[in-house]
Amino acid sequence: MIINRRDFLKASASAAAVAGLYGCASGSKASGHVVVVGGGYGGATAAKYLRMWSQGNVQVTLVERNAEFISCPISNLVIGGTKSMADITISYENLKHKWGVRVIQDEVTGIDAHARKVKLEKGGELSYDRLVLSPGIDFMWDQVPALKSAEAQAKILHAWKAGPQTVALRKQLEDMKNGGVYAITIPKAPYRCPPGPYERACLVANYFKTEKPKSKVLILDANEDVQSKKGLFMKAWADLYKDIIEYRPNSELKDVDVAGKAAVLEFEQVKADVLNVIPPHRAGNIAASTGLKLINNRWVDVNWLSMESTNTPGVHVLGDAIFPAPTMPKSGHMANQHGKLAAAAILNLLAGQAPNPTPVVMNTCYSFVDGKNAIHVASVHQYDAATQTVQPVKGAGGVSAARNELEGKAALGWAQNIWADMLA
Amino acid sequence: MMKLFHLAAAICLAGAAASATAADPNLGRNLAATCANCHGTNGKAIPGAGMDALAGMEKEKLLQKLKDFKSGAKPATIMHQISKGYTDEQLDLIAAYYAAQK
Ligand code: HEC
Repeated sequence: MIINRRDFLKASASAAAVAGLYGCASGSKASGHVVVVGGGYGGATAAKYLRMWSQGNVQVTLVERNAEFISCPISNLVIGGTKSMADITISYENLKHKWGVRVIQDEVTGIDAHARKVKLEKGGELSYDRLVLSPGIDFMWDQVPALKSAEAQAKILHAWKAGPQTVALRKQLEDMKNGGVYAITIPKAPYRCPPGPYERACLVANYFKTEKPKSKVLILDANEDVQSKKGLFMKAWADLYKDIIEYRPNSELKDVDVAGKAAVLEFEQVKADVLNVIPPHRAGNIAASTGLKLINNRWVDVNWLSMESTNTPGVHVLGDAIFPAPTMPKSGHMANQHGKLAAAAILNLLAGQAPNPTPVVMNTCYSFVDGKNAIHVASVHQYDAATQTVQPVKGAGGVSAARNELEGKAALGWAQNIWADMLA
Repeated sequence: MMKLFHLAAAICLAGAAASATAADPNLGRNLAATCANCHGTNGKAIPGAGMDALAGMEKEKLLQKLKDFKSGAKPATIMHQISKGYTDEQLDLIAAYYAAQK
């Protein structure tokens, strides 16, 4: 059969119409409804970018249990006394009014991934075309049996989710006598924010140095060594807090004596005046209860081209809840990058196109070592088709040459910009 | 109709094959978004927060800065480490994207 150009054009126009019916919709626009669960670094970023990149064509509902966003990064400065809660608290107003995200303050109690529905605690259901879960972490209290009750948890604090716990830990430190001991326990890696506990130790020591100089900071680390920026933290401890900070590796917490404020280790009990326990944690409970495939029974397994669960189609998971790619930390910066990767992939999928085959994500964690000086660790991760994951680029990234004030300013600038990138 | 259907399938396949090998049409946008945590959404940094805005910077100028970070010619606390994580082609796409932001 010979067809001339005009016939072919006519035929392809009809063929394209047929193709449209059958789901080959190249060039078409994304539309549909995405429900985002969790308004932290991952979820808020995904919600904003879905609206922005679809020019408002995709409807987005964000379900968040808290009325306002409170940042974990920078919260150690509140605990150390140089920043206030107001400095780390941001409203969801811009997401609502500037970006047109429907924000619902509620708790998700169940997900039916087959029917594509989400159940809410206060009642009602939401239907979705795609679901984004950014549930953060929940603690494995059975690993610290004495802390299972709410009363115990109100006495021995984690402050590893920013909010009332942050305020309460600050209060405990203010109430502590000069000459007291603050002890922080670190769970085995992987845990949220690898440099965070060491930064907290520095900032508590910084407070003691000026306000309660006879006091001590004890770091009880379940790991065999400092997990992030080791050289820089060890140097800060030696230079700035020589007689204040003591670091003890291989000190895994087994339980707590709540009344005696003691950390129960394998062979000894360590008493403190303020005991700060970061329990081992796992993906937020909603991820596990939805039947998403977990790795090590803790972290959600995702496809790195789309952040989609490997066993539950239509559910994309972000942030600290996922099983990380090689050398990838659990950080707010990284969760923001997951949010953008997922938003781009979801818009392609809703338009009937494949996700971007070459995604890139990058991380930076700034840590303060005193009120002014900071240090960083950075990395860039490129998708590798052979291993089907994002791999750290060799020769890129790294840590600060030395602690410095310029990076103290950069750390605060980072915070202002990433908060705006998510919420403004 | 059957012929049309086959033609439709062929167009679909051609489209799918192209999208499997070709770059994502939004690649520049996606790559540039990895910088936004510090330099602001679409390169519009918060004024006075100490991070440089990239939106509207001339493409050649932006690229030169990134090359100088990569080579070490431009002193930096962090950009020498970040710029090395991207290929020259990726930096080109990023610079083009930011140059086009008003
Ligand atoms: C963690 C924060 C951070 C991220 C992420 C980041 N930058 Fe930067 N950028 C900085 C800082 C800080 C400086 C100042 C130079 C320095 O100290 O490294 C800077 C400077 C620059 C400059 C020079 C601006 C000028 O006017 O001289 C350019 C260009 C730039 N960055 C581009 C990028 C691009 C492109 C990306 C993404 C691939 C990126 N940056 C990601 C923190 C960041």
